Formats: sequence, C-alpha cells, structure tokens
Amino acid sequence: MTTFLGMPIPARGDDPPYPTPMPTAPRGVGHLRQTTPFPQAARKALADTQLRRNLAKATGTIRAKRAAVVSELPDWEQLRAAGQAIKARTMANLADYLEQLEAAVTARGGTVHWARDANEANQIVTRLVQDAGADEVVKVKSLATDEIGLNDALAGAGITAHETDLAELIVQLGHDRPSHILVPAIHRNRAEIRDIFLREMGDADPGLTDDPPALTEAARRHLRRLFLSAKVAVSGANFAVAETGTLCVLESEGNGRMCLTLPDTLITVMGIEKVIPAWTDFGVFLQLLPRSSTGERMNPYTSMWTGVTPGDGPQSVHLVLLDNGRTAALADRTGREVLHCIRCSACMNVCPVYERTGGHAYGSVYPGPIGAVLSPQLTGIEDNASLPFASSLCGACYDACPVKINIPDLLVYLRARHVEETQRARRLPSSEAVTMAAASWVMASPRRFGAAQRAGRAGRLLGRDGKIGALPPPLAAWTRARDAPVPPGQTFREWWKAERS
Amino acid sequence: MRIALFATCLADTLFPAAARGTVTVLERLGHVVVFPAEQTCCGQMHVNTGYQAEALPLIRRYVDTFEPFELIVAPSGSCVGSIRHQHAMVARRKGDERLAARAEAVAARTYELSQLLVDVLGVEDVGAHYPHRVTYHPTCHSLRLLRVGEAPLRLLSHVSGIELVPLADAEVCCGFGGTFAVKNADVSTAMLADKMRNVLATSAEVCTAGDSSCLMHIGGGLSRLRTGVRTVHLAEILASR
Repeated sequence: MTTFLGMPIPARGDDPPYPTPMPTAPRGVGHLRQTTPFPQAARKALADTQLRRNLAKATGTIRAKRAAVVSELPDWEQLRAAGQAIKARTMANLADYLEQLEAAVTARGGTVHWARDANEANQIVTRLVQDAGADEVVKVKSLATDEIGLNDALAGAGITAHETDLAELIVQLGHDRPSHILVPAIHRNRAEIRDIFLREMGDADPGLTDDPPALTEAARRHLRRLFLSAKVAVSGANFAVAETGTLCVLESEGNGRMCLTLPDTLITVMGIEKVIPAWTDFGVFLQLLPRSSTGERMNPYTSMWTGVTPGDGPQSVHLVLLDNGRTAALADRTGREVLHCIRCSACMNVCPVYERTGGHAYGSVYPGPIGAVLSPQLTGIEDNASLPFASSLCGACYDACPVKINIPDLLVYLRARHVEETQRARRLPSSEAVTMAAASWVMASPRRFGAAQRAGRAGRLLGRDGKIGALPPPLAAWTRARDAPVPPGQTFREWWKAERS
Repeated sequence: MRIALFATCLADTLFPAAARGTVTVLERLGHVVVFPAEQTCCGQMHVNTGYQAEALPLIRRYVDTFEPFELIVAPSGSCVGSIRHQHAMVARRKGDERLAARAEAVAARTYELSQLLVDVLGVEDVGAHYPHRVTYHPTCHSLRLLRVGEAPLRLLSHVSGIELVPLADAEVCCGFGGTFAVKNADVSTAMLADKMRNVLATSAEVCTAGDSSCLMHIGGGLSRLRTGVRTVHLAEILASR
C-alpha cells in the first residue's frame, strides 16, 4: 500500500499493540499535554465557584438547544449511522483520499504541504507568512493551529497572530487558554469579558458595559481594522472534499468569512482526518454538525473554497496537512475511531465531569470526553495518562456523539493500554496493580471469596451507628465525603446456605 | 421458570437484602430460584480500571458457572451491562475466541431484574406494598448500556401505598463510576453533591435504584450529611408487602 508522510498504513486485521511504535506529537511544542494530572487539576477547578456557575449555565443552555433541534429530525439516528459509516470508510482508505485531495487542490491552483508534526507545520506556516512579506496574520478559529501552538511559533519569528473569533479573541486578550472546543471562553462570564476588553483591547470605549451587544460592537470595531489591513489569513478546516479539493469552514460570526476572503494569502492547517471522500457527504455532515455543536439547524456562515479563483479572494492558497500523532492513532484498529470526530463538542456539553471541572483541567486543547481519548493517542498514553480515567463511564457522550464514537469503550480500552504498557515497562508493580491482582486471585475462587467475605466482616468493628465514617487507604478517599456501609452479619451466600440448602 | 441468580459480589457481601429481595419477588411470582455457589464477581471493576488480564479469570468463572442455565438474573444494571457488553470484548481482545463466543451466549440470557420482570416475564405488578415517599434514580448503565427504559418505573408505579416523586436531572450520573470515585474523588463528590441536592428537593424518604453500587454512593453521601433520607434497592421495595 502507498504511504503518506512516510508511514505505512496498517492493513485491516492488524491488532494492537502495533509492532512498530508510530511517531506521536512531539513534546515541547503545542497544547496537547497535561502538566498536572487530572485529579489535581480538577480539584483546583472545582473550588472555583464562578467557573462552576458559568459552566453549568452555559452547558445547560446548549444542551437544551441541542436536544430541541435533534428531536425535530425523524432520521437523526440514520444520519448518525451515515456519518459513522462515511468516517469509517475514510479512515480505511485515508492515504488514497489524501492523495486525491492533494491532486485536486493542486489542479485548482492551491499548494499542498505535508507536515509530519507540530514543528514542521509551524515552520511551513512561518515561512509562508514571511514569503508573503507580512508581520501579522488574522486567524479564523482553529483547533489544529492551537494544537500545534502556531501563535507562539509565529511570535517567535516576529509575526503577530490576531484571533478574530470573538471567544478566541477574549481568550487571547486575557492571556488565557481555551477551555472548550466550540466556546473557548465558556469559563468567562460577560462581566469578566468587559474587564478583559477594557484592560487589553487598547481601542475599547472606557464607558463599555457588560451588555452583550456592546461587547460585540467593541470587538467588531477592534477587528474591522485588522481585517482591512491583513495580507495573510490562517485558518483550520472542518472538512476537505477529496474529489474536488474544496475546503470548508463552518462558523457563526462572519469573522471567519472576512479572513477567508479579504487577505491575499490564505493558509489552512488541517488534521489529515478531516478529509471526506465526496461532495455529497456534506449532505450528512452539514446536518449533523450545527445541530450537535451550537444547537442550530444551520450555522450562519458556511464558507467553501476550491484552490484559487482568479481575481476573487486570496490568490495564494495553501493547505498544510497535519499528522502530529494521527497516523499513530490510525495504526490502532480500536483507537482509530477517535479520528471520526468532527469537533462538534456535544460530548463535553453533556459530560457531568466536564460540566464541573471545565476544560483547563484536561490540560489539552481537546478537553472533555473526546479529549480524554484523543489527546492520549496523539501524544502517547504516558504523556496524558490520567485522562482516560477522567470519566465515570456514564455513557452520555456516546449517546450525544453525531458520528457514534463509542467514547466509553475507548476510555476503557485506553485504560487497559495504560495498565499494560506500565506493567511491561516496570519491574515493580504499583500498589494498585498488586491490589487488582490480589482481588482477581480472590474472586477467581468461590472458596477464597467466601473466606475474604468472612475476613471483611472485621470491618464491622469500624462501624458506628450502622455506618463507617473513616476507611484506611486506598479507600480513605471514599470516606472523605461519604460514609461506607458496615458489612452485614450474614452475607447473601451464608443466608442462602442457611435457608435454602 | 427456573431462574439462576447472580447475586453480584457487592450485593452478596455488603447488600444481601437486594439479593434476598430478588429471590422473594421471583418466588412470589411462582418461579424457582437457584443460586449457583461457584459464582463470585463479573470482573467489571477490573475491566473498567484497565486490568483486563486480571478480569479474564472472573469472566471465565461467570461463564462456567452460568452456562448451564436458561435464564439468569442479577439485581444490578451495571454488572449485567458489563456481562452483556464487556465479557466477550475482553475475551476477544485477550485472544480467547472460544470464551468470547460462550460469553456472548450466556450474556444474552442474563437480565437485570426490572428487564427480566417487565420485558421477559411480562409482569408489572409484583404485588408489593411500600407505604413511603420514594424517588427513583435511573443508573447510567441501566439507562445507557442496557436501555431498561421505563421498566423500573412501571414496576414501582404498581406498588401499593407508594408515593413516587420524580427526580430532577435524574439521568445525570451520581458520580460513582467504580474506582473513579476514589481516583477522582473530588469530581465524584461534586457530582454526588448535585445528585443529593436533587434527591433532597423531592422531600422523599427513600431514594431507590437498580444498582447497589450507585446506591452505596448516594446513600453514603446522604448518610454523611445526616439528611435523614435512606437508599433502598428496587428489589427490596418490590419484595415488601
């Protein structure tokens, strides 16, 4: 089979663990890795009462909107199945579709660049901006460029990147990090946004109120100047059609449309999994995506462009195809399902964990349930080892996913891979591994299990007034906030033996 | 009918009343309940914590123990969810295709209590009497892995004397999640706090569910705060008269 980016595509039937470790996203660049394990980062977030309120309000609103627009489509389940099938077929033939895309974009006057990882992509974009003679760029909201830390890389080369998506602008001006893939400033309320604008915008009216239309108008005035002067725009892409070479961005504000049409040079950075085979596939995804993400029947602005149109719009059009660990995910027959994601954010909006911790606790540009299965695969599990465990496996994400990614199963699978890789790498097992092995040994035999039940009855000594208020480690974390039950005087099997046999 | 009871390790050890209640209800309906003594645990905790190799002997034990039976019941949506959804998956991943096929066959005959009663046996009124104000928490795995739907509520609605009150945000997880409650104790507690707030808002005296594990979590929180609300397994309510 042909290769792309120098990587062999595994044949169907190859099972993990894949024999040759595939390159993952490099360290030291971009925003894919947690610096603090999730439980500790979450503890800090949980204590932020303003954040808790902002998140509960925002996710609650968007959940209700999504539920309303999904329920009005009688064929929603068929659409989900179609989306899943298209993505599965695309992943099974990804190299072919990418080469087809490259040929189509090139034939229409665009230039395609292949970036093995974040560093290569950053170098390519920096060089293209320099070649255009620009020292500033306007940006369409893009997760891929945030993933690779493009703004930092451009700044290192003396190029200023201006975020033009309102929420991304709030995050950028606040010297902050996005905490949601669709609503990056979901952790901020309007009073906080007003303060950021007054402090950082420079051209904001000192009498600015926290009225949303006033805030929007301030951003509009600030951005308009940039749109009219920028020579280079950088975008991501929601979809790229292999058969036509058409790139597509969905957005709400029209600021993206400004970036995509006004500057002379347009550079798009896109993860390789975003390709779809045919134009007709839009029929499925343009129904699934807006309803799942903003809870709208249709998003306000859908921009599509195919190479260069002489005399109209950007005359220098580039597509940077980004791997950055995606081929490593593709090589895993189970894990590759994560590449089906269309970045709608429905999973985080319904996730009870995300709703309480917010996105920063995940440490990656991709938070929430999908982030917990995507980030560890892009970086290698050990660099995001706590993320697959950041879920109660309640399954709400799976039900909400428009392309039916079985996130709970992927979480369980990545937990197993983490445990197995740790077991292989270490000579001394962790205390958890010892406990689990011991529990397995006990439970494998009804005789040992019965003996353990009788021994556990010693726990009755800890009981007071029918409950246990403090357990020893590792169960101490349980009794910090909850009582534990006192073991009963008779187990069920003892009762059965006494009464029925 | 002859029905084999999988008590689950948790109910067997800590909440025997849930397993006894299951026996009582099924016998009242004229069925013969058997308890194969070789049973231990479904292995869900191991699977969900990443220890699939360690789960394999438990899966094998479950299959060996229950293979001879035509109909199997457990008072837990979560354990049955694991049996239905994970046993064959783990066996297959660990390269034991034969065990996977056997596990699939046994899993197809294993039912959560409310599903067995309503969907298989076609019973909604089990002749119970329970004169208390009760709210029902639909546990995540009953709801989203097994799709038990309204079955538990239909059973409860036929209990005489019961005052059934709806729970706000009922379908949101209580935060238990097995070892999640210990590994991510703070997030788990935050989820529990919201669940308790909704339970308390019902002014119910009892919170019920089809899973001893979720009830242990919710009940542990309610007890710690001395709320005066207790948790009771669905099987115990259905067994009361």
